[in-house]
Amino acid sequence: MSEVKKAATREGYGKALVELGAQYPNLVVLDADLAGATKTSMFQQAYPDRHIDCGIAESNMVGIAAGLATMGKIPFASSFAMFAAGRAFEQVRNSVGYPRLNVKIGASHAGITVGEDGASHQCNEDIALMRTIPDMVVVCPSDVLEAAEATKAAAEYDGPVYLRFGRSPVPIINDRPDYKFQLGKGVVLKEGKDLTIVATGICVESALAAAKKLAADGVNAKVINIHTIKPLDEDLIVAAAKETGKIVTVEEHSVIGGLGSAVCDVLSEKAPTQVLKIGINDVFGESGSAQILVEKYGLDGKGVYTKIKEFLK
Amino acid sequence: MDNLELQKVANEVRKGIVASVHSAKAGHPGGSLSAADIFTYLYFEEMNIDPKNPDMADRDRFVLSKGHTAPGLYAALAHKGFFPVEDLITLRKLGSYLQGHPCMQHTPGVDMSSGSLGQGVSAAVGMALAGKMDEKDFRVYTLLGDGEIQEGQVWEAAMFAGHKNLDNLVVIVDNNGLQIDGDIAEVCSPYPIDKKFEAFNFHVINIDGHDFDAMRAAFLEARQTKGMPTAIIAKTIKGKGVSFMENQASWHGVAPNDEQFAQAMSELEKAGEALCQK
Repeated sequence: MSEVKKAATREGYGKALVELGAQYPNLVVLDADLAGATKTSMFQQAYPDRHIDCGIAESNMVGIAAGLATMGKIPFASSFAMFAAGRAFEQVRNSVGYPRLNVKIGASHAGITVGEDGASHQCNEDIALMRTIPDMVVVCPSDVLEAAEATKAAAEYDGPVYLRFGRSPVPIINDRPDYKFQLGKGVVLKEGKDLTIVATGICVESALAAAKKLAADGVNAKVINIHTIKPLDEDLIVAAAKETGKIVTVEEHSVIGGLGSAVCDVLSEKAPTQVLKIGINDVFGESGSAQILVEKYGLDGKGVYTKIKEFLK
Repeated sequence: MDNLELQKVANEVRKGIVASVHSAKAGHPGGSLSAADIFTYLYFEEMNIDPKNPDMADRDRFVLSKGHTAPGLYAALAHKGFFPVEDLITLRKLGSYLQGHPCMQHTPGVDMSSGSLGQGVSAAVGMALAGKMDEKDFRVYTLLGDGEIQEGQVWEAAMFAGHKNLDNLVVIVDNNGLQIDGDIAEVCSPYPIDKKFEAFNFHVINIDGHDFDAMRAAFLEARQTKGMPTAIIAKTIKGKGVSFMENQASWHGVAPNDEQFAQAMSELEKAGEALCQK
């Protein structure tokens, strides 16, 4: 069996920014002393005059991005999710969201796959925080290719966007000729009639792996990739619920306020359905390799499969 | 505009502040009145702006970082002609374009939404940075409260502006000495304010924030200062112009009742008449 190709989603962000730099002369990139880690260093090399290192001051960085946006720039402000969405939450809310400025927040190192740095840096709350801000678009790509496409879509879109990327290399799953990224549109990756697994980010791959194992047991699962958590593709979710009944959500994020909550929000109103939320269960993470943590917290294919089997009992 | 004319406008701005806050039955008269002369100088003398074309390209920018003193900004904008003076009394009312704190999407002439303290100055720095990147010669002004500078973000912004040599940026600190809980020196002293900005690579000018000659000289000096941003520390009197509000922290965020309103307006009317006889 050939080796699965892997890359971190942040790589897709970095590469796309370089491409976008040529297309948009008014695109600027801000970072807070993490250019190497967030991969904006690639843009920095290509366009040094349009890369602004703000030092370790994320709140100010977001405010500067807002000011730049009022002047017609398209700022991509980058940091770790913990600081971009966490520390600077109120700046994103009041200086970007409220005036609806054209600022993109590129947040890397989201979730537990930060790995060894431990809980202080593992942000499992950013989707919840960002989706409460009116008009904020929230995107969590599933692989490096989708990350690049999401970054390009964010540049095209006029308004605030939160982009969520991960640190660790993850399998490439969107390498197919008919792949197309559309903000706000979920992607059906596998049809099925017994239940629907709705996943986001790096957990899309886990959902596919779990679906494969379920198939071996005679359970036919539909799999949907929700890369845009807000605005949510409600029609697709509601249709899937009506079609298959049970829904399972999978995300590398707290089960409070993330994809699972977003899905429950729409279903409780439009198509009441039993939902199993798989994610981080209201606990902090810990140090360890990304792979070990994903296994420990049950977010790999095997963990997702096991929880679904219990759910279906 | 000569000083007498500026004083007359400032007196009208003060009336607008008192009338709008009274009408709203809420708002922040103290810090609006302390900055009334600064608003007046900026909008009637210093800034390159056009009330007929509020979105004019390459205009000077103003960010009211101490956003709670929106009544002062609105009164200056209205008297400058950005919108009708009569609308000032819609302040804070449902459906008004004069929100409790500045909102750039609703109010002509407002360059940035603000109100959460410490954030406006960062946006102003971003604007100044854009000016430098695009080699434009517009200038950016931002007004901060002296209590506001207790916010850490102010110093993040100051460090960046000083580091980037943003000489198109002027930070004005309305040093009225009082915040909600009392004397700034007692609550959590930001002094010495001038030395702090100097340490962040600012050119610092201390002035009396009610003296138009001093303002004229300071803003000219700021224009002539190259390679570093300027901080103008303006010593002011909170509640300036209304006798019973002056130097009273209690007038930070409450509206005058009908009786107090009548007295305040009577004082300002008299001050206006005195100016007309000069």
